[in-house]
Amino acid sequence: MFRSLTLASADQRLQAVLLALTLLTTSIIGLIVLFVFAQAYPVLDSSVWGFFDLRQPWYPLEGQRGMVPMIAASVLTTLGAIVLALPLGIASALFAQYYGHPVLVRPYRWVVGLLAGVPSVVYGFWGLTVLVPLIAAYQAPGASLIAGVLILTLMILPTVALTAEAAFMAVPPATLQAAHALGMKKSAITLRVLLPAAKKGLIAGTILATARALGETMALLMVTGNVVQMPQSIFDPVRTLTANIALEMAYAMGDHRAALFFSGLVLTALVIALTLAAHRQEGQR
Amino acid sequence: MLLNWNVLGATLLAFSLLHSNTQAAGGKLSLTGSSTVAPLALEIAKRFEEKNPGVRIDVQTGGSSRGVNDARAGLADIGLVSRALKADENDLQSHTIAQDGIAVIVHKSNPVKALTSAQIIDIYTGKVQNWNQVGGKDQKITVVNKAEGRSTLELFTQFFKLKNSDIKAQAVIGDNQQGIKTVAGNPGAIAYVSIGTAEFEEENGSPIKLLVMDGVVPNTAAVASGKFPLSRPLNLVVRKDATGPAAALSKQFIDFARSSQVIDLVKEQYFVPVNAAIVVLNVPLANPGQR
Repeated sequence: MFRSLTLASADQRLQAVLLALTLLTTSIIGLIVLFVFAQAYPVLDSSVWGFFDLRQPWYPLEGQRGMVPMIAASVLTTLGAIVLALPLGIASALFAQYYGHPVLVRPYRWVVGLLAGVPSVVYGFWGLTVLVPLIAAYQAPGASLIAGVLILTLMILPTVALTAEAAFMAVPPATLQAAHALGMKKSAITLRVLLPAAKKGLIAGTILATARALGETMALLMVTGNVVQMPQSIFDPVRTLTANIALEMAYAMGDHRAALFFSGLVLTALVIALTLAAHRQEGQR
Repeated sequence: MLLNWNVLGATLLAFSLLHSNTQAAGGKLSLTGSSTVAPLALEIAKRFEEKNPGVRIDVQTGGSSRGVNDARAGLADIGLVSRALKADENDLQSHTIAQDGIAVIVHKSNPVKALTSAQIIDIYTGKVQNWNQVGGKDQKITVVNKAEGRSTLELFTQFFKLKNSDIKAQAVIGDNQQGIKTVAGNPGAIAYVSIGTAEFEEENGSPIKLLVMDGVVPNTAAVASGKFPLSRPLNLVVRKDATGPAAALSKQFIDFARSSQVIDLVKEQYFVPVNAAIVVLNVPLANPGQR
């Protein structure tokens, strides 16, 4: 309110510096999107619908470049991981916050922190050498949609658990005390009071985890088998958009390269749509 | 702290003196192309730079086609190409620095020891889907293919006269290591990878096996002798009409890359040196990993 009237010169200078840094940060993102757009430009003509043609397989060097199966793979692996990680993450956060004994909770937090810090290529390597052979023993070829979902679940679990715990901590103690004073059972307080009160934080955490899952590349590349196809079962191999870019970019030229940048644009659009949905959700509250 | 600064200053001084002394012999070369050749070219370039202070060599990847295009357009002094030049590329001169072969591999527990070309084609096109159809046990075959644009895929499909879209794969991989890990973890899998890498991994305990193809035992010695059918030259290509100081330096680099001074580097990358075929044939190839 007073800002524009009473700024000291030091504050003015700080404001200018902060403004410059903010502009720099946002313009870098803008420049990246612009660059990807420019690189994809050669395929952004009338033939662009070929990318979404369900009948076309992905053989970019033979002029066939349907990428719907890869979009589906990205969405399915992400969705599967969220469905698995959300209850696990929220349950473990509840346990740590309200039910667990400190003797158990301290090592639990330590392990979750550790899980969050493991590089994705390590998860991928573990998946390729341990998880995939296990699945293959049950149903060949092992490298599959389900392997991708399981690895992704493991990777986003710490994000979900940590943000959920933060969301629970943000619920005012008075709310819970009031519920307690009304004679509600602990389970009812948890389900009817705590979870609704923490909803906003939980959704924000879920969206953060979803974005991470959508963008994950290395681990998926190693465990999903990378065959471009619509999966008929969870044991079928799939190729995600990110894995496709990582597999082919270094070897692509001309239109093939432009097509890969286009798939990057599609991925960016997915993430933007997600962020918009998140904002909308917040606005409704 | 003070001491550190003194040391740093002295080092900088010595470095600048050294640099000015050798400036006369300087020059810059740019190499682009095949990702198979690039790691080897990079190692050779490092050693070349050591021997010729002041020379800077820049190596970039982008596939064999980029190597051909860049060398043609003059964007690079030398193109890296992991195949023989085609008929319409006779404006370029190729210099082979090593040979690489592709081996078909399966899991160690697979009783199949050899396959014919026809059987490999049937497996890769999905006509044969169970190992018992080619003399193995009753087990589903997992076909492992390479990602589009890889030169190994190009050589494999060319050799068997297939299109990539003919291949019915259950897994697609990026590099050789991923291929070996995939086969090691799946008893029904079949894949094709660089022979040198496969040989090294097999010797080091990976549960994989190199298949005899059309009666030829796959090993680096067979590649060196030219007996192994699925092999390719790793080439440095330059424009035939190139002149000037860069062309002279290119020639010097190519001669160096083909000389005996870099044989250890070639073997480190699991390739077969071109000028050491006789040595390789007489002495069993040492485990490349121990070099």
